[in-house]
Amino acid sequence: MKKRTKNSAFWLVMPASALLAFSFVVPIMAVINYSLHDVFFGNNFIWVGAHWYETVLGSVEFWGTLGRTFLYAIVVIAIEIPLGVWIALHLPRFGRQATFFIMIAAVPLLIPWFIVGLIWKVISDASIGPLGVLASGVTDLYDLNNVITAWMIIVLADVWHWVGLVVLLSYATLVAIPQAYYQAAQIDGASRRAIFFHVELPRLKRVLIIALLLRLIDGLMVYIEPFMITRGGPGKSTTFLSQDLIQTAMKEFDFGEASASALIYMLIMLTLAWALFRIMTASDD
Amino acid sequence: MIKAFKPYRQRPVIPLVYAIFVFLPLYWLVIISFMTQDEATSGLSFFPKNPTVNNYLYILTDPGWTLGFVNAAIYSGLNVLLSLAVAIPAAYAFSRYQFLGDKHLFFWFLASRMTPSAVLFLPLIQLYSEVGLMDKVLGVALAHCMFTVPVAVWILEGFFKQIPPEIDETSKIDGRGWISFAVKILIPVAAPGIGVAAFFCFMASWVELILANALTTTEAKPIVAVLFRAGGPLGFVHLPILCAAGVLTIIPGLGLVYFVRHYLATGLSMGRVKRM
Repeated sequence: MKKRTKNSAFWLVMPASALLAFSFVVPIMAVINYSLHDVFFGNNFIWVGAHWYETVLGSVEFWGTLGRTFLYAIVVIAIEIPLGVWIALHLPRFGRQATFFIMIAAVPLLIPWFIVGLIWKVISDASIGPLGVLASGVTDLYDLNNVITAWMIIVLADVWHWVGLVVLLSYATLVAIPQAYYQAAQIDGASRRAIFFHVELPRLKRVLIIALLLRLIDGLMVYIEPFMITRGGPGKSTTFLSQDLIQTAMKEFDFGEASASALIYMLIMLTLAWALFRIMTASDD
Repeated sequence: MIKAFKPYRQRPVIPLVYAIFVFLPLYWLVIISFMTQDEATSGLSFFPKNPTVNNYLYILTDPGWTLGFVNAAIYSGLNVLLSLAVAIPAAYAFSRYQFLGDKHLFFWFLASRMTPSAVLFLPLIQLYSEVGLMDKVLGVALAHCMFTVPVAVWILEGFFKQIPPEIDETSKIDGRGWISFAVKILIPVAAPGIGVAAFFCFMASWVELILANALTTTEAKPIVAVLFRAGGPLGFVHLPILCAAGVLTIIPGLGLVYFVRHYLATGLSMGRVKRM
């Protein structure tokens, strides 16, 4: 469909833009301002120029946290997207059963993140949680003070929490594929595998980019679930960027440093998001 | 007649295993909420020995906690209304017209969704203190618009594109003004899409902790922040009470999922997702 050119349509976008300007653009300006100053008690500003940026970029800790955060996002995406598609492929397409499984997929998405963290903290506890008791009974290696165990638990919690999003999005797409496509493929004698790669996957492409974008954004922002389950430990092995930013700002009151690392972080995310956005709009045409 | 080909794989065990995987952790949350502190912390159990509703009574009779639920419900609802009110015209404009800077604006909407709350909460505290929105449910609702408006615009834009533009023209010929067009034609036609958008807005606002906690002090504290204070990562203060509160925070979500259950699949497929 070709769209009409009409510049006055801008007025329709005004309310949304104004709202976002207030809640998003103004605070971002303030963050930029903080990042160039040394801030005392929230209202004494001393100009320090690029000092905080140099501190952050030269800090091993910042790069470590950034690396861990990306690793986390990549690991959860690598599990959730294929798993979500696979589950969606096996869901019944019609009737009450279908509705039931759709509701199952949606439920974890509506649980406050703090509660998700609480649930998994309980589940993984070695003395009272079913997973913890079972796993520590089977192997001595199960120990939340062990980096690998801690990572496995937080990744499992993330999969539990978010795989439903991929299931919902893929399922909605699969249901919308006309029966005729399947019948044609069947008449051609296509295998189930061929149907997936030539009929279903091309249609899923767009929705998977959306899922990837959303999971990447939220995976990189992850805060309360790992914080609840492992408190960022052992050591700093499950401390991610959001937790680091909040700690720098609230506990150490380094507004300047927190703002500078926040902006570097945001710049990286925007670049990534822009790339994905371009891929997505390119697949539109 | 051609026998309908069953496009999905005939292995019902997979959805079943998935459903159990989702259910089990919730089951433990529920059973612990009916236990006493001693029983909950003494070891693994599969069912409460002496089920008690004291934990729920404690929460429901303490105004600090009940107020938390009311606050969260109010700002989530307010957020849905605000987001839809600004997102419907914006999505309509994006779906129908080309205008100066439309692509850039669309991307900046998404950029707002991508910004971590951890980046913005400090300046938001300062800004809201200046304009008197600190510790107000309206303040939290406005702050949450940062990530709900972009998502709502995105979902709705997909839906409006599916509606043939002829509808707009017929309405114009009928002599309808734009308010009449929006209320009598556009919104009813796009109802499933608006339902899905409302679902995503409510979801985002209800589950959020960082901004909701940072922008409130006493009056407007939501339940998640009350819980965070009472039983943050530093330990189980009173585990069964936390679990009971957890169960209570899940109930509105369950209700919402139930109400939009028919829209979730068809709704999503009609919208953004279908245009591939």
